[in-house]
Amino acid sequence: MTDGPAGTGEPGDRWGGSVSAPVPEAGIPTEPRPPDEGTSGATFVQRGDRIFRFLATGSGAFVVALIGAIGLFLLIQAVPPLLQNNADFLTSRQFEAGDPNNLHFGILDLLLVTVEVSLFALVLAMPIGLGIALFLTQYAPARVARPFGYLVDLLAAVPSIIFGLWGLFVLAPVIQPFALWLQDNLGWFFLFSPGNVQIAGATVFTAGIVLAVMILPIITAISREVFARTPRAHIEAALALGATKWEVVRMTVWPFGRAGYVSASMLGLGRALGETIALMIILAATPAIFTGSLFDGGATFASKIALSFAELNNNLSAGAFIAAGLVLFVLTFLVNAAARWVIARSGAKA
Amino acid sequence: MSTTIDLDKAATAPTFTGISAGRKARNSLATVLMTLAFLVALVPLVWVIWTVVSQGIAAIVSSTWWSQSLNGLLARQEGGGAYHAIVGTLLQGLVCAIIATPIGIMVAIYLVEYGAGTRLARATTFMVDILTGVPSIVAALFVYAVWISIFGLPRSAFAVSLALVLLMLPVVVRSTEEMLRIVPDDLREASYALGVPKWKTIVKVVIPTALSGMLTGIVLALARVMGETAPVLILVAYAPYINFDIFGGNMASLPLMMTVERSNPTDAGADRLWGAAITLILIITIFQLLAAFLSKVTAPKTK
Repeated sequence: MTDGPAGTGEPGDRWGGSVSAPVPEAGIPTEPRPPDEGTSGATFVQRGDRIFRFLATGSGAFVVALIGAIGLFLLIQAVPPLLQNNADFLTSRQFEAGDPNNLHFGILDLLLVTVEVSLFALVLAMPIGLGIALFLTQYAPARVARPFGYLVDLLAAVPSIIFGLWGLFVLAPVIQPFALWLQDNLGWFFLFSPGNVQIAGATVFTAGIVLAVMILPIITAISREVFARTPRAHIEAALALGATKWEVVRMTVWPFGRAGYVSASMLGLGRALGETIALMIILAATPAIFTGSLFDGGATFASKIALSFAELNNNLSAGAFIAAGLVLFVLTFLVNAAARWVIARSGAKA
Repeated sequence: MSTTIDLDKAATAPTFTGISAGRKARNSLATVLMTLAFLVALVPLVWVIWTVVSQGIAAIVSSTWWSQSLNGLLARQEGGGAYHAIVGTLLQGLVCAIIATPIGIMVAIYLVEYGAGTRLARATTFMVDILTGVPSIVAALFVYAVWISIFGLPRSAFAVSLALVLLMLPVVVRSTEEMLRIVPDDLREASYALGVPKWKTIVKVVIPTALSGMLTGIVLALARVMGETAPVLILVAYAPYINFDIFGGNMASLPLMMTVERSNPTDAGADRLWGAAITLILIITIFQLLAAFLSKVTAPKTK
C-alpha cells in the first residue's frame, strides 16, 4: 500500500471517480438505481434504506462538523486567557503561561522557529523527494520499483519519537563537525551564525534534517503517483523523436507532474509544521531570543505545547497553549487547503 | 565527360544523427543523481533501524520484558519489563479502532454510494483531506478542550483514544473509499435487478467485495496511530504499573514510557528507552504484516 493519510489522497480520488462515473448521459441512468417504491415488502425495505442512508449521510456531515468543532472549541478555550494576557499575543517573544494570574505569552518566536525549521526541512527534502519519485517511476527496473518504493514508505511507519531519539543521540554528534565548519566559514550569514544554545546538536539544524527525513515519504508517495500517470503516448512520442531518457523526463513527465509535485511538497510542509515529538526531543529549550540562525535552539508551536502541557492544572494556562495550538491549526489548514487547491486545479487541466 | 558518383557516400545527410556528447553527459548525470537520491533516502532508514535494534535488543531478550511491569522498581534498578506499556498501547489503539472504523466506513459509503456529486459530499471530501493534515498535537488539544476543560472529566486513556480517532478516521475513510470505488457497478446492478434494496446491496455485495482492501487499510491506519506520542503526553499520565481501566487512572503506553525513561540518566533508563523503541517498532511491524496477511486471506476468490 502507498503512504496512507496524505499519500493515497487526491489523485486516487480524482481518477478513481472517473472509474465509477459512467460517461454518457442521454437516457442512460448515471448510476445503478436500486429498486425502491412499489416492490413487495416495500415498507420494510424502505425503512432499512432510510436508516442506512441517514447513518451514512450523518457520518459525512459529522466529519464536516468535526473540523468546525475543532476550530470552535479551541477558540472558546483560547479567548479567556487571551483577554487576560499581559503581553501582545502576536509580537511578544516570551511564552510564559504557567501562572494563571500573570499570563505573559506571545507567539512570535514559536512562529519563527516553526517556519524556519519547516522550510529548512522542505528545502532539503524537495530535491531528494523529486529524485526518488523520478527514479522509482522512470528509472528503476519495473521488477524492483515496487519493493524499493515500499522501503521509502517504511520511513513513514517509523514513529516520530524514534526519529527524535535517533536525531539527538545518533545523528547530532555525527553532523556536529559539519555544523561547526558552517559556523566558522559562513558565520557572517545570519542562518549560520553561532546559535543561542550550549548543548551541541540540539538545534534547528539537526531538527530540520530529521524533519526532512520524516516528510520524504509523503513527498515521494504523491509525486510517484502523479509521475506514474504520465500518458504513455507522450513518453513514446518523445522517445520516437530521439529524446534521451532525461529529455523524456524533462519534456513529458515533469510538465505533467509538476503541479502534483508542488502539492505533495506542500502537504509535506503541513506535516512538518505540526510535527511534535521529534522536535520536542531534539530542540533545546532556551530563554534566549531566537536570532534566525540554524544553530539556535527554541521551540515550535507543537513542541512548546507538548513540553509544557502535562504539568498544567488550570484552564487559563491550558487555554494559553490552546491559543498557540489554534494558530498552528489555522496555519496547517491554510497550507493543506492550498495544496489541495493546486492539485485540483491541475487535475482539471490534465 | 562522365560524372563520377561516389556510391559510398550518402546522397543526403542521415536523418538520425548520433546523440551529442553534451546530451549524453546530461542524461548520465541525471541518472546518477536520481539513483543517488534514492540511496540517500535509504541511509536514515537503515541507520535508524540499526540504532534501535543494536541499542534495544539487550532489553527485550530479558525474561521479564514481555511479562512484567516496572511497578516498584527504582529508576536505576535493572529488571522489570514493558508489559504495562504494551497493554496500554494495544488497549488505546483497540478502543480507537472500535470507534473510528464504523464511522470511517460509513463516511466512505456515503461518499461513494449516496453522496456522489452533492455539495455535502464535496465538503466531506475536503474536510477529510484537511483532517488528514491536522497535527496530532492539535487533535489532542481539541480533545483536551472538550473532554477535560468543558466536561471536567479527568485525564484518561479513553481521551487518548478519542484523539487517536481524529487521526485514524481520515485514513480509514480514504482507503475504504478507494476500495468501494473499484467495486464494479455490474455487481450493484445485478443485485438491484434481483430486487435487493440498496442498503442490503451495500452490506451483502459491495462491502464483501471490497473487504480485503478495507481491512488492510484499517489495520495499517491502526499501526500508524499507535506510534503517536503527542496525545498520550497531553491526555494521560504515566503509570509504571498495569492498568486495564481506560476510563480512569494513569496508564502507560510505549511512547509515553519512552518520554518518561528519556529523563532517566541511568543505564537502566537507557535500556528501557531503547527496549520500548524496539518493542514499538516490532508491534507496528506485526500489524503491517497482519494487514498483508488479511488482504491475502480475504481477497475475493477469482476462478
